[in-house]
Amino acid sequence: MTTENIPGRANDDLADAARRRFVSSLAAAAAVPGLILQTVAEAARPADQPVTDKVRWGLLVDTENCSDGCDACVTACDKEHNLEGFGRPTTDAQWIRTLTAKDKRTGRVVTLPMMCQHCEHPPCVDVCPTGASFRRADGIVLVDKHICIGCRYCMMACPYKARSFVHETIHDQKTYAPRGKGTVESCTMCVHRVDRGDNTTACAEACDRAGHQAILFGDLYDPDSEISRRMRERDVTQIRADLRLNTGVRYQGI
Amino acid sequence: MKMPHYSTIDGSSVGYYALLGLLGLLILVGLGAAHHMETEGHWVTGMSNQIVWGTPHVFAVFLIVAASGALNVASIASVFGNPAYKPLSRLSALLSIALLVGGLAILVLDLGRPDRLIVAMTYYNFKSIFAWNIFLYTGFIAVVAVYLWMMMERKMNRYGKAAGFTAFIWRLALTTGTGSIFGFLVARDTFDSALFAPMFIIMSFSFGLAIFLLVLLASYRWAERPLGTEIVFRLKNLLGVFVASVLYFVVVYHLTNLYFTERHAVEAFFLLNGGIYTQLFWWVQVLLGSIAPLVLFYLPQFRESVTAAAVGAGLVIVGGLAQIYVIIIGGQAFPMPLFPGMEVESSFYDGVVAHYAPSLWEVLLGIGGVAMSLAIVVLAIKVLAFLPESLEDPETASAEST
Repeated sequence: MTTENIPGRANDDLADAARRRFVSSLAAAAAVPGLILQTVAEAARPADQPVTDKVRWGLLVDTENCSDGCDACVTACDKEHNLEGFGRPTTDAQWIRTLTAKDKRTGRVVTLPMMCQHCEHPPCVDVCPTGASFRRADGIVLVDKHICIGCRYCMMACPYKARSFVHETIHDQKTYAPRGKGTVESCTMCVHRVDRGDNTTACAEACDRAGHQAILFGDLYDPDSEISRRMRERDVTQIRADLRLNTGVRYQGI
Repeated sequence: MKMPHYSTIDGSSVGYYALLGLLGLLILVGLGAAHHMETEGHWVTGMSNQIVWGTPHVFAVFLIVAASGALNVASIASVFGNPAYKPLSRLSALLSIALLVGGLAILVLDLGRPDRLIVAMTYYNFKSIFAWNIFLYTGFIAVVAVYLWMMMERKMNRYGKAAGFTAFIWRLALTTGTGSIFGFLVARDTFDSALFAPMFIIMSFSFGLAIFLLVLLASYRWAERPLGTEIVFRLKNLLGVFVASVLYFVVVYHLTNLYFTERHAVEAFFLLNGGIYTQLFWWVQVLLGSIAPLVLFYLPQFRESVTAAAVGAGLVIVGGLAQIYVIIIGGQAFPMPLFPGMEVESSFYDGVVAHYAPSLWEVLLGIGGVAMSLAIVVLAIKVLAFLPESLEDPETASAEST
């Protein structure tokens, strides 16, 4: 049961699971097009509806499928959010990066994508003086660009170095991913896609397209979701689990 | 003890205007640097996504910490009832406000969006120690201003002790808050220690008193007012105690880290192989900023020398800046432990010591803030009666009057 990984959610999850099973069985009685409609309807959220805490969006990374030298997820993220670079690697924004970790004793190398881990207890949210860093009810951690004053305390606090400060004037922004010089930003878990009901992120989609299927997006609270099923099957790691932040991004094969 | 007679300084000399002009120029240059950083974006600074707080923060934290320490002299007089320091109380309170304003100016001007200062004043996340600090800093200015009023308005004198006590408690809270900015960072092994709160308090005693001593010497020399050696040596001896106490806290901090096996790499970085940070720690912070002043303050050859006291105080300031540089920038340069026991590599500089070199803009902004603090003092002592006309030693004064 996924609730082992998501503390404090056991009772809600049981009720949710029963509800979902009921809805699923109704849908199963319908024709094939009806099934597709049902999937989309469950994930999409109408713009006038508040975000619900009945779901918790997360990502599962299977590092054994992550291919060394492949940067499809990084390229896709940069393109999706128009993270133009200025050829200055120390100040250019990186919402997602590929990282290799080598075990000093055995020499085993793990390659993985590293990004905002969308913690349940995010240190960035704790330290933000204005509340610009916030966590949505569905688990996505975001920065409100309107009230970020650019103090960078969240960057000091993030254990994953997941955040970037916008160091220069930027152009051609995407309307769904506004950015601003002098503010801090990080992976949004493609919140615009999530709200649209795409049921995937740019990185996960690109990874699938590259044939690796190392990144999986889904609802951690839904015991029937693919992500929950895979998390039940194999050991799952949280990076810096010692901090007990209950991350929304989990890894396998580390 | 006789009530000292306070008066404004004349402030009509060429020297006075030259000093004010120089400070004004430095402030303008600092503002220009901030403007450049703002319009171009922070890429023109030495700061990056790895070193997110740089030289402006070193200056700002130093001034903010020193601000609460500059209030010491007034506290010793009003809270601890030592009459010898009473005549210095007004200058002490003035300097503490001035230093805080200068430090805050730097901090605000370095923000990514300084134009959103009003947002910082209207949106609060009370779990953030930063949000608390906004209240602690602005509150401190208000509390000390009231304290000054109680001291300077004869009718209000009787409330001076209560105001002084409030200011004293407030300054302790303020430095606790400043130290906790670093103490409350669970992610980084270089910070994340409750020791930062008390260590910053004792650092404030030391840095604030060092600045106070130099400001006192300069203002009495330039205003051509008599300043006895007794008060200078008293302050110098007290400063020595604070310097030794800071050193003690530094030792405890490193011993604590050395005890935690997981922090051995951090300690090796600071104490042995951290390059510039190790050099700054041993040579500037410990040797030049702590041992040398102690020698100058206490060794019989120097004990009776005002120059030695002044040089010692100057070295305490240099050492203090180095200490804060090592804490803030060294603390970020050391890689974060994402995968303990593994060698980590990425395009985002994971697993390597981050590079940082201060840019001219950052240094100019920092100096501009210092100049702002000093300009406030220089202007204020001309407008209001902060300085006693004479701070002669009691024996000399009584000998002359007979």
